[in-house]
Amino acid sequence: MKHVGVDIGSTTVKVVVLDEQYHILYKYYARHYSKVRTEALQVIKKIRSLLQDEPFTIAITGSAGLGTAKHTGIEFVQEVFATRIAVEHFIPSADVVVELGGEDAKIIFLTGGSEERMNGTCAGGTGAFIDQMATLMNVSVAELDKLSFSHQKIYTIASRCGVFAKSDIQPLLNQGAQKADIAASIYQAVVDQTITGLAQGRRIQGTVAFLGGPLTFLKGLQERFRESLELGDGAIFPDDAQYFIAIGAAMHSVNSPVTTYDDVLHRLTDAAYAKTTIETLPPLFSSKEEYEAFQHSHRTDDVEYDDIATYQGSAYLGIDAGSTTTKMVLITEDHKILHSYYALNAGEPIPIVLEQLKQIYALCEDRISIKGSAVTGYGEDLIKNAFHIDTGLVETMAHFRAAQHFNPDVDFIIDIGGQDMKCFKIRNNVIDSIVLNEACSSGCGSFIETFAKALGYNIQEFTSLALRSSHPVNLGSRCTVFMNSSVKQAQKDGASVEDISAGLAISVIKNALYKVIRANSADDIGKNIVVQGGTFLNDAVLRSFELEVGRKVTRPSIAGLMGAYGCALIAMDHKKEVSSLLNLEQLNNFSHTSQATTCTACTNRCKLTINTFEGGRKFISGNRCERPLGKTEKRVVPNMYEFKLNYLTSFVSQEGRFGKIGIPFALNMYENLPFYHAFLTDLGFEVVLSDVSTRDMYQLGQHTIPSDTVCYPAKLVHGHIENLLQKGLTTIFYPCMPYNYDEKKGDNHYNCPIVAYYPELLHANIGALNHVNYYYPYLSPHDRRAFEKQAFAFFSERYPITKKDVRLATSAAYEAYDAYKEAIHDFGYQTIKYAEANDLDIIVLAGRPYHVDPEVHHGMDKLITSLSLAVISEDALSPVVDKQPSTVVNQWTYHSRLYAAARYIADKDHMHLVQLVSFGCGLDAVTTDEVRSILENEGKIYTQIKIDEINNLGAARIRIRSLLAAIDQLKERKIK
Amino acid sequence: MATLRYDKTGRLLFTKEMKKEYTLLMPMMLPIHFGFFEEIFKLHGYRAVILDTTGQDIIDEGLRSVHNDFCYPALLTTGQLLHALKSGEYDINKTALVMSQTGGGCRASNYIHIIRKALKNQNLEHVPVISFNLVGIEKNPGFKMTPKIVAQLTYAVVYGDLLMWLSNQTRPYEKNIGDTDKLLAHWMNAIKKEIRRSKSFLPKAANKKFIQIAKDFQAIDRTEEERIKVGVVGEIYIKYAALGNNNLEEFLHNEGVEVVMPPLLDFALYSLNNVIVDSRIYHKGYLRAAIVKWLFQFLYSLQDKVNTAITHHSDFRPMQSFERIKELVKGYVDTGNKMGEGWLLTAEMLELIDAGIYNIICTQPFGCLPNHIVGKGMIRRIKQNHPEANIVAIDFDPGATKINQENRIKLMLATARRNMQSHSAPTFALGGGK
Repeated sequence: MKHVGVDIGSTTVKVVVLDEQYHILYKYYARHYSKVRTEALQVIKKIRSLLQDEPFTIAITGSAGLGTAKHTGIEFVQEVFATRIAVEHFIPSADVVVELGGEDAKIIFLTGGSEERMNGTCAGGTGAFIDQMATLMNVSVAELDKLSFSHQKIYTIASRCGVFAKSDIQPLLNQGAQKADIAASIYQAVVDQTITGLAQGRRIQGTVAFLGGPLTFLKGLQERFRESLELGDGAIFPDDAQYFIAIGAAMHSVNSPVTTYDDVLHRLTDAAYAKTTIETLPPLFSSKEEYEAFQHSHRTDDVEYDDIATYQGSAYLGIDAGSTTTKMVLITEDHKILHSYYALNAGEPIPIVLEQLKQIYALCEDRISIKGSAVTGYGEDLIKNAFHIDTGLVETMAHFRAAQHFNPDVDFIIDIGGQDMKCFKIRNNVIDSIVLNEACSSGCGSFIETFAKALGYNIQEFTSLALRSSHPVNLGSRCTVFMNSSVKQAQKDGASVEDISAGLAISVIKNALYKVIRANSADDIGKNIVVQGGTFLNDAVLRSFELEVGRKVTRPSIAGLMGAYGCALIAMDHKKEVSSLLNLEQLNNFSHTSQATTCTACTNRCKLTINTFEGGRKFISGNRCERPLGKTEKRVVPNMYEFKLNYLTSFVSQEGRFGKIGIPFALNMYENLPFYHAFLTDLGFEVVLSDVSTRDMYQLGQHTIPSDTVCYPAKLVHGHIENLLQKGLTTIFYPCMPYNYDEKKGDNHYNCPIVAYYPELLHANIGALNHVNYYYPYLSPHDRRAFEKQAFAFFSERYPITKKDVRLATSAAYEAYDAYKEAIHDFGYQTIKYAEANDLDIIVLAGRPYHVDPEVHHGMDKLITSLSLAVISEDALSPVVDKQPSTVVNQWTYHSRLYAAARYIADKDHMHLVQLVSFGCGLDAVTTDEVRSILENEGKIYTQIKIDEINNLGAARIRIRSLLAAIDQLKERKIK
Repeated sequence: MATLRYDKTGRLLFTKEMKKEYTLLMPMMLPIHFGFFEEIFKLHGYRAVILDTTGQDIIDEGLRSVHNDFCYPALLTTGQLLHALKSGEYDINKTALVMSQTGGGCRASNYIHIIRKALKNQNLEHVPVISFNLVGIEKNPGFKMTPKIVAQLTYAVVYGDLLMWLSNQTRPYEKNIGDTDKLLAHWMNAIKKEIRRSKSFLPKAANKKFIQIAKDFQAIDRTEEERIKVGVVGEIYIKYAALGNNNLEEFLHNEGVEVVMPPLLDFALYSLNNVIVDSRIYHKGYLRAAIVKWLFQFLYSLQDKVNTAITHHSDFRPMQSFERIKELVKGYVDTGNKMGEGWLLTAEMLELIDAGIYNIICTQPFGCLPNHIVGKGMIRRIKQNHPEANIVAIDFDPGATKINQENRIKLMLATARRNMQSHSAPTFALGGGK
């Protein structure tokens, strides 16, 4: 008897027919373009001749197969289970199976305690992820694979989530990093994710079978796995690896009821044409008239053009070197467009700009003289240096300038580009609130386009389908990864492409409104809204936005060119006799090469890209400070983050009667180290600190992290423990602390659950801690009496100490802690004085104590001081602010400090607050809104920067520069 | 109409006057238990309504009004309350909202403020929000947790637990489909009637009822068929509320599984126990701890009575005693771990395994802080010590799709089935070290 296995994955459908000995008689592999059920039906029809003569058994598997199986009543087998059946039969020697599919990743441990795992909700896709990345780089997946073989270096790319990885790759592309290196780095990210997210500490060793489409077709990915896991001959890439799940399903079906071809055909036909019930949303247009009215109402927001072939006089050039696209506009003295350009830059903006500039010069002849040029966007610095552009400015200012041109009363601008979303409110002609998307909203714009392509449409077709949709599907709004899997569900339920397209447009808008803007009502947003960015050229997106906010908005016809247009207008504002822009002759001699390297001047280890232009002109990008640029002389601006780090790493340890004791220098130790260092030293220990965090250290401990959505500071502790173990320590101290010091600024003084109990998690997850003395008692330094009792109870059980010893050590501990607090406060006071004397502005880089860890803030402090701003932390200010009521539960010590610092600066013109928020910090969902409202009530601008393992300061730089630009504007107005 | 009065901090109070006129809306968590709660509140003169609304509108309302990085239960409960306020069914000038509050170190203690913020943003500031707690946070003149109400609620929890516990053990096995739910409805009515009838509702006859309930469920005609048992643990709202977990219980039931839901009383015992443990760790609050200890003993004895009824009058699996649960968690997390579900969550997984229920779904809202530690953070060690454990952690979130969740649960179930087969007929050996 024959056995049939049907594997319907997220992107493909695979079918195999096996004989009794499990030999493959037939196999089929195709993308289903979300037409799951009809595709399944088509395949079955294809193999009629093979099946119609005798009865057979059949089973369905795969993430998108569930619905089909339910509807048809055909046996369903979970795909990991199916994989296991097939592997146990065909590769009996396998110890581990790694299977990467379109969106799911799975690992099966067959020996040494059997276990199956799938990626968590946040782990993003794998096959689909690689597809997305290839699109981003404008190469086919096959080309990407080929490229990866000629790599010379690997960049660290966040591996947790596709959206994050994208945010890492984009700047690399823009900085001119080699495509080959990026290709290999993308693969490495997939490998890292498998090791950490999936295996979570279990070693992938022995004989490992690699299955699934990506691992079958992508040789470069195979290579990265083989190398990273050091498997040698143990790595098996079987033939037909993409069919293994289907084979497993066929084998599983042996035990299910025997059926016939006609029966299966009948059931599948039924399913293919069945109406399904899925939750849908109201259509974008309820009638044709409505659509026409919509079309009509947006015709007015046009811009005028002039003929470049006949125009005579001055012109101004604007360039928007965006993340995925390059836009250029040349305008006349009266704001008319002479020439415009919009194209994907495929990660290489320089050749595109070069080509366009040459063309523009050719078109201008001698009639037109360019009197000013300005550039903005991710590639601002590179383009400015390459072509000697007159002015460089932050994107937000460019967009504001352009929006004002179309609607002088504009009070709200939202720009959705390929990668980023930017929203800002305008009050009194000044940008007073800037919101940029976080990683979770990244890539919404290009997502629609990528998706259109994946479904086999171009963006115009895809958009027009959306407009015709009668029941848009609800695809959620958390992030593109989640939307991706919602689409999968919709496909499973048989939703049409029209409805998916409309659903995507709605989702992107909901993401913008609820996640980025956090709008409560239309009035909350503004009365004169200008929407722009390439994504808004999609009518479905525009319509969704209008429906959601309930009012008509202005979409300039050049929505995609607004950045460039704004630049051109600003170039005109700053007009000169002659622009510094390279002339035609210089352009003809132009050359550009780039080389990647790592800066060794400090521990940040910035990945630099050295761009060399004709005549040896150089431009270095990727740096956080001036040091790699060879400028040794720089103004020393007070930097409390640096001060704190130096203070904490400068404790001297002495030999003690009880030997060495290790402390992980992470998380709350950034607050409590002075206390415990003094306490343990006085008690008779030689305190050994783990090294300052690095990315390498993180990777050292990555495999023992049980929850991939916990914050990065917590994840780092795993590396610190490994670091201490490597140092040969046999005693490690890391206490549980549910309560922090009581600074009397709130109703209680908790730590967050992570800071409080992470030591217990470490004990349960790092096996090596069972073989050393790992001390993680509950201690509460907020109550001296209790602390002494706890400490005595704990240490006297293990060491010959007296109550007096503990009392003296405790005194030393409190003294050391008080001295530290004093030093912080003092430094803050000195900074304020220094800033006043030198006319500097101060940024309160507010967060939590462990944000001082350079691997956590990624050099944010230096980025700020490089802009000539002093940096202090929130706890420098909080001691001088009295307890005040708040609209939230104020019962965490770290939070109380944030609120106090916000109140302190609320009426200070020269102090501004930037809040650092770790991704995954649930409690900061509480603090961010509260800090924002404290500041905004006093007319201050609130800036929030989310940080994670992503090592990309590009977005942070935009935010801080936007803040500075807005502050400058405010000051100018005050002077006037 | 009642006048709006505020306390010193500017908080809108729920006044005695309001008690007479206002309807109190509360979000639903456990249908059996909360059904009793509703009756008790009515008995004491509150027009209480437990919201049993469902649907995407609630989630959308939550997404609009709550910071999206906040946890899913906050989003759902706020969404449910606001959705009801806007439904037109209630007079928004005569409605108040009730939300539970623990005051612990988990961000959940902020729910009440989140609801207030949402109300403010939608110009519904005049709607009072009442904190329902037993530790004395935010007092309201019109809403008092008298000892009587507390005692009655306690009994309601015990009855609810017993009915949930036994019906879960009969439903998958009943020969006549619907028997269990019929009996359940019968007893829910009987208990509600009793609440309505007697002002005291400190039933002397409670023990008799426990026995009668056990006997009645025992009498349901059941098959001998062996079924896979799946325990559900996790963050309290997501674990229990169908709105939060995408009807998890129903899904499992349709998969032919016996669902094991840990009793709610354990959470109450856990909360009391924390006060006792705190006095030990932090060396203060001894008096409070002594009073709480007395309460603890009272609850504990009730649980004991229920278990006696089960073991003496039926062949159902009894609940685990709380002392046993505390014992089991040693070596994993300290009982001082008290934020969110704290050590109880780890203990619930262990008590299930201890009772021979190896298949476990650990549910949590996406990014739940305490669960990083006591949920996902402990699974590795549990599996090390109990290789037979088959645990899957599932995140719930407005963006998480049902298909992803179901697919992972299906994997857990497939493993469970294989384990059950290999258990009964050990034909092929699994694993075996290399």
